[in-house]
Amino acid sequence: MADHVNLEHATGMAHQFENLDQQQDADMLGIWLFLVTEIMFFGGVFASYAIYRWFYLPAFEGGSHILDIRLGATNTIVLLGSSLTMALSVRSAQTGNRRATVMFLILTMILGGAFLGIKGVEYHQKFVEHIVPSLDWAPEGKVLAELAPGGLQHAELYFIFYFAMTGLHALHMIIGMGLLLWLVLRARKGAFTPHYFAPVEVVGLYWHFVDIVWIFLFPLLYLIGGRY
Amino acid sequence: MSTALLEPRVQAPRNYLNAEYGWKSWLFTLDHKRIALLYMVSITVFFLIGASFAALMRIQLLSPQGELVQPETYNKLFTLHGIVMIFFFLIPSIPAVLGNFLVPLMVGARDLAFPKLNLLSWYIYVVGGLFTLFAAIAGGVDTGWTFYTPYSSTYSNTQVTAVAVGVFITGFSSILTGLNFIVTIHKMRAPGLTWFRMPLFLWAMYATSLIMILGTPVLAITIFLLAIEHLFHVGIFSPALGGDPLLFQHLFWFYSHPAVYIMILPSMGVVSEIIACFSRKRIFGYRVVAFSSVAIAVLGFLVWGHHMFVTGQSVYAGLVFSLLSFLVAIPSAIKVFNWTSTLYKGSISYDAPMLYALGFIGLFTMGGLTGLFLASLATDVHLNGTYFIVAHFHYIMVGGAVMGYLGGMHFWWPKISGRLYPNGWAAFAAVIIFIGFNLTFFPQFVLGYLGMPRRYAFYPAEFQVLNVMSTAGASVLGVGYLIPLIYFIWSMRYGPVAPKNPWGATGLEWQTASPPTTENFAEIPVVTQEAYAYSEAEQEVNLG
Repeated sequence: MADHVNLEHATGMAHQFENLDQQQDADMLGIWLFLVTEIMFFGGVFASYAIYRWFYLPAFEGGSHILDIRLGATNTIVLLGSSLTMALSVRSAQTGNRRATVMFLILTMILGGAFLGIKGVEYHQKFVEHIVPSLDWAPEGKVLAELAPGGLQHAELYFIFYFAMTGLHALHMIIGMGLLLWLVLRARKGAFTPHYFAPVEVVGLYWHFVDIVWIFLFPLLYLIGGRY
Repeated sequence: MSTALLEPRVQAPRNYLNAEYGWKSWLFTLDHKRIALLYMVSITVFFLIGASFAALMRIQLLSPQGELVQPETYNKLFTLHGIVMIFFFLIPSIPAVLGNFLVPLMVGARDLAFPKLNLLSWYIYVVGGLFTLFAAIAGGVDTGWTFYTPYSSTYSNTQVTAVAVGVFITGFSSILTGLNFIVTIHKMRAPGLTWFRMPLFLWAMYATSLIMILGTPVLAITIFLLAIEHLFHVGIFSPALGGDPLLFQHLFWFYSHPAVYIMILPSMGVVSEIIACFSRKRIFGYRVVAFSSVAIAVLGFLVWGHHMFVTGQSVYAGLVFSLLSFLVAIPSAIKVFNWTSTLYKGSISYDAPMLYALGFIGLFTMGGLTGLFLASLATDVHLNGTYFIVAHFHYIMVGGAVMGYLGGMHFWWPKISGRLYPNGWAAFAAVIIFIGFNLTFFPQFVLGYLGMPRRYAFYPAEFQVLNVMSTAGASVLGVGYLIPLIYFIWSMRYGPVAPKNPWGATGLEWQTASPPTTENFAEIPVVTQEAYAYSEAEQEVNLG
């Protein structure tokens, strides 16, 4: 009980808790449970992707060949870098280093923004190549030659999943960026202390989770069945 | 000396109901007890809407050629009845009302772990509900509550997307509720309240919450995919475009079968509390009953394929799903046997909550046993898609879940409102509901066995007698539901003031005032006894 904090009105403590330790424990369990629901959420679409890939293997491999592995790999590195800066900002919050916390949070946002920018370039390419299901689906030339053997209809299914999965992931990134901005504003006011840094850690866990989703998306969509 | 001036004005002590006044104090409250009441009012509204759809259906089926509406309208009636009753009444019923009210009180805490998320969950629920109501008014939906493709995709000409989005949104309210309960039960138990001293209602809430957080996200992603298919006219589940309609059914039932346990487990928790209290005995086999809740939650995730025996699912998958469905009957039966064993040599009193609990045991047993008919491959081929199924799941969801909800409302109403309701009327209503329920749904078992298919606006003339019986029963049932609604509202103003512990029950919620103060407890209680220490409680009374 050496570093047990039990102040009547400790900073950041909500009334329903007895002490800050209990609040910190509850916050951590809460975010882990939330991540479990996220795993089930993404799990549904991953399972559907796996089933259709198994049904229509040639079409799905054709789809994978069209994706730009270099851009995907760059994005993987960018995102892993953002996880590093996120971890460093949590560490800085724990040690009470306000300036470093803010700096690493902003770095994380910049890397997250870079990821979304590169993703935007990739989405743009799909419109140029006319392989956006339903909205602009008229593959031609080399792209058509790649997709035709597996059947165009089934290739369209691949790109539906490509946009649904990367789109959901990008949506989670955008929400994460909003949370990071909120943390920056709070951290600048000195809201976090070595005794109270749960929000930074909670958002950090969320950010790492979104990163891990990409770590599964990248091989599933870009790598397996590819030609190198 | 003027005595009139000195006479103290009688003022009710401060409690959560009179702590603040005005609509803002309700719509922006973070108090779990007030949020429970917000939920109580909203789900009652949805219950009345869902019940009116049912009433129209039963009037329609009074005669073989249909009394009231065209088949298209009838399709919308049974669809909306299912969607409103399941997603907007049954799933939130006990967890969001009684669970919200009681979980912090039972663990001896001042509130749930995340009060703001709790309020947010109610707003999400309301937004989802309004979406669905809007769709109902704007043209309805006719897919059945299951949204099966291709009814909901290729052949859909109704407001499928709006309703599906409404259900999608509401799902997040149940995820937040489940998350809040699990964290609260893990991290906020009062000193001395070990896992095996917890009331069984908390065990049931814990198991329910597990299903909520593991299952609901899968429903969300399923509806997300359905919405993409619908909005962009692509073929995720449409066989014409390379999709697989069976995948939709797999994903849908992966949530929606466990969702049945979201509806029944909380009722089982309520019944455990009531049976122990009105038998003045500790629940027989406490640990086994506790673990059976968790077992139901776990096994419940492995049986979804029994909804698909007559689809294109492989026979071997069918065999495994059949076996697993039989396994889930074991923990359910354990509970029924343990409740009856608790009654044995108990000192039983038949107050209204006990009547509901006993009714629950009988009706749930019927519903559970007829479920085994449907879990058997061979009989399911005959019974699938008939009124037998309708009767079976109404015995579980109405005979089980609603009886449990009403039993719980009668048990904890003195705590919630601080007032007593008329016991005679309550007992009368319980009996009326039991009779009305059986008259409504028992004939449907027979109808289904004789081969009357569900979801048709017409039927052959030979089925009329049984259908008229069912409609008559529904009228009795409707009256039975109105009586408690009336005396509960009456009691809020005119009911006698309730003491702290009107039933002489154990449990932390009975040690604080009725109604509790906003902080629940003046001082966080310390637990020194097992749950349901009724014999110890009796001794204390006898000694002094």
